[in-house]
Amino acid sequence: MKDKIAEKILLLIALSAILSLLLITFFIFQQGVPFVVRVGLGNFFSTIWSPNRGHFGILSMIIGSLLVTAGALAVGIPFGLACAIFLAEFSSKTIQKTLKPIIELLAGIPSVVYGFIGIVILVPFIRETFGGPGFSVLAASIILGIMILPTIVSISYDALSAVPATYREGSVALGATKWQTVRMVLIPAARSGIVAGIILGMGRAIGETMAVIMIAGNALKIPHSILDSVRTLTSTIALELGYAAGDHRAALFACGAFLFLIIIILNIIAIKVTKRR
Amino acid sequence: MTFRIGPRTNQIIAYSVLLLMTIITVLILFFIIGYVFKNGVGQLSLEFLTDRTREMGKEGGIFPSILGTLLVTIFAILIATPLGVGSAIYLVEYTRGGMIRRIISFGADCLAGVPSIIFGLFGFIFFVIQMNLGWSILSGGLTLAVMILPTIIRTSEEAMKAVPYTYREISYSLGGGKLDTILKVVLPTSLPGILTGVILGVGRAVGETAAVIFTAGSSLGIPTSLFSSTRTLAVHFYILAREGISMPKAYGTATVLIIIILAVNFIAYRLMHRFIARYY
Repeated sequence: MKDKIAEKILLLIALSAILSLLLITFFIFQQGVPFVVRVGLGNFFSTIWSPNRGHFGILSMIIGSLLVTAGALAVGIPFGLACAIFLAEFSSKTIQKTLKPIIELLAGIPSVVYGFIGIVILVPFIRETFGGPGFSVLAASIILGIMILPTIVSISYDALSAVPATYREGSVALGATKWQTVRMVLIPAARSGIVAGIILGMGRAIGETMAVIMIAGNALKIPHSILDSVRTLTSTIALELGYAAGDHRAALFACGAFLFLIIIILNIIAIKVTKRR
Repeated sequence: MTFRIGPRTNQIIAYSVLLLMTIITVLILFFIIGYVFKNGVGQLSLEFLTDRTREMGKEGGIFPSILGTLLVTIFAILIATPLGVGSAIYLVEYTRGGMIRRIISFGADCLAGVPSIIFGLFGFIFFVIQMNLGWSILSGGLTLAVMILPTIIRTSEEAMKAVPYTYREISYSLGGGKLDTILKVVLPTSLPGILTGVILGVGRAVGETAAVIFTAGSSLGIPTSLFSSTRTLAVHFYILAREGISMPKAYGTATVLIIIILAVNFIAYRLMHRFIARYY
């Protein structure tokens, strides 16, 4: 009897995560979707964002988000994979035990600290070296690339470690070097895990807010070079939510709904990809 | 004439490049921490930690923000821990695969990937406006609780899975019921693992900005109740840095933040290792 009641209570508790997710989905969409229907998709996906005059176009922000995310991946994938491969295949147990928590610590550093380092070091460096305002696609890409490293490293590392030892032994027995084994056997075998890590890293980059606000410059136009200022979906929400009201606030929730949709799709892809293993 | 690199040389080149990139990554981390400390440690003093914030942060200390961070975090942990550990118990002890398990896992996985600004939007519309809690420690804590829930679920789940099945069988054979077994055998044995999850949750809550700035607000007063608005350390640091109010104070606040994060991660790491050493 006691066990039966406990099971029912625990089931209710266990539903808390999925209920929270449903609640978040409901409230974000309830605020955002009717608004998009009212102003029309044409207005919502235009390039003019001027909430006071009834223009709610988020296209330049979508492009901004995509650009910094692509930039982040360009930085994060090579470094992330390099660390994962080095840790999983080229280092001793002691080095693994020391370096892995250190790299994971990168995930613990608050995003505002990354943004701050961007402001005081990276932005002036870019301004003096390459010209332009410094607050740019490039600055945001580099900082976001560093921020998504731990995600890519730990998931790719786990995927590489999960490849059975017999694969390595077979390859080495055929006379392959360690690097050839990595390139031709391990990476293909761990592919789904690596892809999942990259997709989750992508989700982190596209959803990151505070660091991007601090270093991307936030100008409301489509950038023409990586040295131009850029504004993302997340920045717009965080910059304007504090004072927005009425339609303006609804438009910010619509931005959120669009972002949320992208993130959920990325999450589902990542979950599916890992399941296939 | 084509120049061909042999596999041995290739191996050496690959190894060097991988090593170099790993070293760069580690150096970036040390650089960030070192740079903040170098500029911020000089700011730390008892006065800085215990004084009220004056002139929007230009003068005085960060006591209200330390208190605010503490309250919001504790509140979030108090809500998220029972929910997270309860979920993990259900997942590990009561489900054997099946639909319910898949739904719960999917919820936790998706929630873990939701960006903090979305939690901020949700907390703002749901807790602050709909439930009429206003910008408050309550709203901030509840929002953070939802955010750290998946971390606690996942870590507790792993910890409970690691408890050998024989432990449960011995308890059953001694006449223990399922609930007794969970409360007296599974939970105590997996406690260090569960604590690791809770501590990692603390780390996420302390460092969070986007989700708390729109739910707990940014008031600099000393909170008097759970309904008071407060400005957490991360939010205070963000405002100091972005509005250029005071660079020395910004470095000082960042140093406090990083010390907390380092301590949290160190404790979590030690706990996890003691746990792993015992059961794997």
